Amino acid sequence: MMNYIWVGLVVIAVIAGAVTGTMDGVLNNIFDFANTAVEISLGLIGTMAFFCGLMKVMEVSGLCEKMSKAIAPIMTKLFPDVPKDHPAMPAMALWMAANMLGIGNAATPFGLKAMQDLQTLNPTKSIATNAQCMMLAIGTTSVTLLPATVLALRAAVQTEGAAEIIVPVIISTSISTIVGITCTWILGKTKRWKWENVIEREIAQGTLELNDNYLGDDPIVLPEGYVCKVE
Amino acid sequence: MFTQVMDTISTWSIPLVVALVSLFAICKKVPVYSVFTEGAKEGFSTAVMIIPYLTAMLCAIGMFRASGAMDWLCAVLEPVTSLIGCPSEILPQAIMRSFSGGASEGMMAELVETFGTQSQIGRIASVAQGSTETTFYIVAVYMGSVGVSNARHSIAAGLLGDLASLLAAIFIVNIMWF
Repeated sequence: MMNYIWVGLVVIAVIAGAVTGTMDGVLNNIFDFANTAVEISLGLIGTMAFFCGLMKVMEVSGLCEKMSKAIAPIMTKLFPDVPKDHPAMPAMALWMAANMLGIGNAATPFGLKAMQDLQTLNPTKSIATNAQCMMLAIGTTSVTLLPATVLALRAAVQTEGAAEIIVPVIISTSISTIVGITCTWILGKTKRWKWENVIEREIAQGTLELNDNYLGDDPIVLPEGYVCKVE
Repeated sequence: MFTQVMDTISTWSIPLVVALVSLFAICKKVPVYSVFTEGAKEGFSTAVMIIPYLTAMLCAIGMFRASGAMDWLCAVLEPVTSLIGCPSEILPQAIMRSFSGGASEGMMAELVETFGTQSQIGRIASVAQGSTETTFYIVAVYMGSVGVSNARHSIAAGLLGDLASLLAAIFIVNIMWF
């Protein structure tokens, strides 16, 4: 998709430049912004290195674990389908804590592990459970305490006032997390997306596959004569 | 008053976090200095990794803006965005945010470079960029990692969250500074 967007931008720019007679401006901006891109990128390195250093210290010192303990009590409310002592719980809490601290690189392995653990509670092979949907909703709307890349980009253009966006980001991510959780909860009950309805529909279409590695105690019983059409 | 308090917190938070995290780490017997430099090395490669995406996006958007096509697009979007107090220049970046983190980073950089970091456009663009993750990427990576193909309502919920963070960004920036 990025291919089409990029080609679209460039081609439209040339056509519009021809129509409005601003081709010299178009030409100049190729060189100007290519230089700007490198200036910004080089200016970015220092700030980025600093924050990554700080994040490594957070990671190694066990701050993530501390934070994941702090959010543990609300986890059981957000994930009613996941047993309290299931290994997915600490993995998800770690993923969320790492997301909040902005430790992107460290967050991914936690997230993948949490997703795998949640999959053992999924009676189907290819339909996302409520818990999986909720985990990703929280992940994509996560509260961000330190938006490192944005800070670095701003500082590369102008140092003064680069950090003034921290509080606004914390407020707006808090709002988006609440909206994300609420929407997941409400949409998960709609006719179109309700778990039972999706299962029923896939059984009718013959596209439902059972998860061979399911470890929960509420497996789906397929109707007699069900034939799976998926290769 | 409100703005001053918020600004003060923004100013204090990073130095305080740096000091407290270092203190916490040294109490936990972490070799802070060497761990910091090791992490900083990773930061170097992260920054270098961004360069090609930033260049590709900045040049394309720069051409688009210079040609006058961006003005046309903004004029079309204006009636919608003015309803919520948002400059129409933001919208292309805001839409891109849910699809590609790198591309929207490039668009944010271009807005900040063109209009200034402390302009209304620059501030909204920064807050909106920092306020959400790339929904399509997150859902594709994590659902894909366990072979789940029917993501049910997670894309819809993620996009509504993105929309909420954009509206919140516009609202907060306008209250604090404009």
